[in-house]
Amino acid sequence: MLCMVCKKNEAKVHLTQMIEGKVKKLDLCEECSKAKGIDDPTGFSLADLLMGLGASEELVSDREEAALSCPTCGFTQADFKKSGRLGCPDCYRTFAEGLESLLKSMHKGIQHAGKIPGSPRPEAQAAQNRLQALQQRLTEAIAVENYEEAARLRDQIKTLKNAGGDATTA
Amino acid sequence: MNLHEFLSPPQESAKRSGPHDRIVMSSRVRLARNLKGLPFPGWAKKPDRIRTCNAIRTAVETLPQMQGAYSDSMENFSALDRQILVERHLISREHAARNAGSGLVLSHDESLCVMINEEDHLRMQSLLPGFQLTEAWCAIDAVDSALEQRLEYAFSPQLGYLTACPTNLGTGIRVSAMLHLPALVMADQVNPIIQAVNKLGLAVRGLYGEGTEALGNVFQVSNQMTLGESEKAILERLSKVVHQIIEHEENARRALLDKKPRMIYNHVGRAYGILANAHSISSKETMNLLSLFRLGVDLGLFPGSHRALVGELFLVTQPAHLQLRFTEKLPPEERDINRADMMRQALQTVNRPVIPSPDTGPLDKPPAP
Repeated sequence: MLCMVCKKNEAKVHLTQMIEGKVKKLDLCEECSKAKGIDDPTGFSLADLLMGLGASEELVSDREEAALSCPTCGFTQADFKKSGRLGCPDCYRTFAEGLESLLKSMHKGIQHAGKIPGSPRPEAQAAQNRLQALQQRLTEAIAVENYEEAARLRDQIKTLKNAGGDATTA
Repeated sequence: MNLHEFLSPPQESAKRSGPHDRIVMSSRVRLARNLKGLPFPGWAKKPDRIRTCNAIRTAVETLPQMQGAYSDSMENFSALDRQILVERHLISREHAARNAGSGLVLSHDESLCVMINEEDHLRMQSLLPGFQLTEAWCAIDAVDSALEQRLEYAFSPQLGYLTACPTNLGTGIRVSAMLHLPALVMADQVNPIIQAVNKLGLAVRGLYGEGTEALGNVFQVSNQMTLGESEKAILERLSKVVHQIIEHEENARRALLDKKPRMIYNHVGRAYGILANAHSISSKETMNLLSLFRLGVDLGLFPGSHRALVGELFLVTQPAHLQLRFTEKLPPEERDINRADMMRQALQTVNRPVIPSPDTGPLDKPPAP
């Protein structure tokens, strides 16, 4: 079996990893595995490696993109190919197009679903608590067939939910 | 105060305990953060790196959680200091190789550690003994929330926290648990488990993280994906998986004692025999044998409380911790001799394993933790 990178030497390093439910295999010769930092335990992951290979293919197929450089830090796609790291936060905007498919392949989704800096979290928590209280009252109102009250509560819940939605997408 | 006066002595740090620590050695949550508009450390010029590092260090040092912390620039750590920090899992090997322009802030109790200008501007971790992933997350989340008042993070509503490597994008979180799985290894069941864990998008690595081997039957399980999922979802998935692995390991221990008790007694007895009598021993062999000694302690084959001793030996027999006891630099062969001397000395207080006599039947249950 030949090395996937240099396609010259016998592959001696074999890596298999499940990424997004798909088996990704990589066969490298000793030199290329060293060049890719596989024998060096500081920060190797198959995802990086596959990404590096992907980036190099893109370079060949699209010379225009290769010339693209980040206006903030001067980083180029060729630099990315070399290191597998970006130059600065703004690089994500500069290289957005090329990165999208890569991000899709290595992550669960491409929309952030976690913590947001500066989000007024105590308030968000208070809103959440209020929502729960309203829903509790709604259930009670329905149970005693107080539909007028139930309709009023339903509208309140709706307003509150919309406000919450706006806050998270803003 | 120098680093060695700051760090708690190995016999103290080995006494730290937490839930499920028979199997879960430690829990860690790490967050990656960067500052807006500044190049990532790997691309920044040295003067910029130094400036950023100083600004971040000031912000971190003044956090209430960091009262009495140890804080310094990386060039002030000797090669030995760095290795000690790696052996204690406080910094990455990558960070150990950094110099001026990178820094470290370590909390008084060593549970919180902020690496400045590693691969990202900030790599902050909470490290707790035993199975305490949620507690570790809460601790580091609080540090992060306090820091965001002082520093402007690079954040995009779509991609989340922006990191040097796209693999950390989004939450920038790495949740990991360090697991001691000797019975699963002995029963040849660890590979199917690793594969199953991989299928869930989680990684299994060796003792010192990425690219390292599973010395001493110690495995690290951590999340791979960071974007498209909330911290809570990642934490819950990992916790569930760790719970299941604990169960599998406990079952494997019970099954081995039940069906192949002689095999366990043989492994544990030989490990004790070598550790207590060797005159030269490598750190790798030591770790693998200590793992079996630890298993013996867990299974009640060494009456008396030796758990902390195992933990201490695990730490003090590693190369840098061993070197620390000597003023002159030891070549590896002499380290092996000194390691063996220390081990024989330490095991003088530990009697040989007690095997239940055949007429009382096989020991079928490990003692309650």
